Amino acid sequence: MSIDTETAAKVAKLARIRVEEDALPALAQEFNNILGFIEQLNEVDVDGVEPMVSVTPMRLKRREDVVNDGDQQEKVLSNAPDAREGFFAVPKVVE
Amino acid sequence: MSELNKLTIADARDKLRGGEITSVELTTACLEQVENAEALGAFVHHTPELAMEQAAAADVRIKTGDAPSMCGIPLGIKDLFCTKGVPSQAASGILRGFKPEYESTVTQNLFDAGSVMLGKLNMDEFAMGSSNETSVYGNVVNPWRRGNEDTALTPGGSSGGSASAVAADLCLGATGTDTGGSIRQPAAFVGITGIKPTYGRCSRWGIVAFASSLDQAGPMTKSVRDAAIMLEAMCGHDPKDSTSAELAVPDFEAMLTGDVKGKVIGIPKEYRMDGMPEEIEKLWSEGTAMLKNAGAEIRDISLPHTKYALPAYYVIAPAEASSNLARYDGVRYGHRAKLAQGDGITEMYEKTRAEGFGPEVQRRVMIGTYVLSAGFYDAYYNRARKVRALIKKDFDDVFAEGVDAILTPATPSAAFGLGEMADADPVQMYLNDVFTVTVNLAGLPGISVPAGLDKRGLPLGLQLIGRPWEEGDLLNCAYALEGAAGFVAKPEKWW
Repeated sequence: MSIDTETAAKVAKLARIRVEEDALPALAQEFNNILGFIEQLNEVDVDGVEPMVSVTPMRLKRREDVVNDGDQQEKVLSNAPDAREGFFAVPKVVE
Repeated sequence: MSELNKLTIADARDKLRGGEITSVELTTACLEQVENAEALGAFVHHTPELAMEQAAAADVRIKTGDAPSMCGIPLGIKDLFCTKGVPSQAASGILRGFKPEYESTVTQNLFDAGSVMLGKLNMDEFAMGSSNETSVYGNVVNPWRRGNEDTALTPGGSSGGSASAVAADLCLGATGTDTGGSIRQPAAFVGITGIKPTYGRCSRWGIVAFASSLDQAGPMTKSVRDAAIMLEAMCGHDPKDSTSAELAVPDFEAMLTGDVKGKVIGIPKEYRMDGMPEEIEKLWSEGTAMLKNAGAEIRDISLPHTKYALPAYYVIAPAEASSNLARYDGVRYGHRAKLAQGDGITEMYEKTRAEGFGPEVQRRVMIGTYVLSAGFYDAYYNRARKVRALIKKDFDDVFAEGVDAILTPATPSAAFGLGEMADADPVQMYLNDVFTVTVNLAGLPGISVPAGLDKRGLPLGLQLIGRPWEEGDLLNCAYALEGAAGFVAKPEKWW
């Protein structure tokens, strides 16, 4: 298993993190080291084992289907880098 | 009375209740220490006004005579906890300027009990690290030094600020969080006590998420008794966290009898690692002997999948982190990159996250993205979750055979120098958590207790692992170990 710079670039893209072209080979190398370490898991016999979902066997709780908060527009927007007229503002998404 | 900041929580409580001291005096003493300890880099956001307000309110409450144990006790709060109106940025550039409009459940519980917040504590960025070197605020320095050297040592991580602040007596206790060892490893590196409770004991609501199936909050304190007192105030069921346990919280302090007669203590052979320093090995044997002398039955046990815990962790934790950290997109809070002409929303995301996240966080988010991507999900993520099930089963099996608690070293070494691991492979740094990470994967309670000094005078810790939900029993075993070890050393003040 080896990750090349092309795969590293693809992963960076999927993670939405800009990585400059010249940093890709080092990144790919780091991925390879970490994945090499993870490869050990292939030694384990996991036949018939259910993947763990939760350490405590439990059903996810459901809350009452009622409105329990809201009407906090100002608070919701108070930390936004760019909020205008009661909305989060972002660069143009639709042409 | 001088040096009030050096009190334990238990002693301060008794003096507060006895009217010997006030919380205002206690808080003032701590704030002075905090101000003069910039060299440690532990406190990163100071809240002296809030602290004095809370202290005054606590004094009023104590006078009424029905104040809880934590009332009037000055604490440091890890930057991972959202605290209303106070900067909470998980030591990350991407949350620069973020002031939550809400309070985390754990800090709210502590405040409801009357505790005082001195400020926010440094940590590894998003709790990802074992040396507190990934913080946007800069490194935290361990108050301990190697003999007469003045080399700056790591306090461990990720709760490095909490560890340093408590060890240096800047506060009486601190909150920490633990995803792979982030309470227990730093506690061991600075000679204090740190407990990670059972997954679900403390509400995760309002704690910046790293790996949601592993994260737990816990106290970092000067003694086991303090850990019992503070943990009780922190935990409890919270409807706002769907994984929070609907269980009554026992009086942990009342369970500290020091009597461990007949308790079965397991010694797992897989924790005897190749190349483990002799001193760690010796400490472990000594700890075993202490519990034996106290009347516990020592039993050799096997946890066969131990070796696979770290690799499983380094799939599961990054996978969950990549999902949790997707929310940092420059839209709702924190940093947004300056955009160039023609940049669209994708460029905004990519530039914001490249600027806002440090290298270790970027690395883990990308590893997580990779192991969850189409074609690799089964090979990595699902396989890791299966191995996790086997790791948990190892513990279930020994507990079913009557083992009450498991004794292991807390860390594979004493504190190392800041920068010493800079050129090492990231995997080398990950090995710090080799003894602690199994406990998070299995969701168990684990406590680190200072048990001795190495030949250079640095503290070393032992870890006890307990049965799920039996923190009271675990704390009692730790209390017996603490009493036998008699660790009283303190770092000499240089800061």
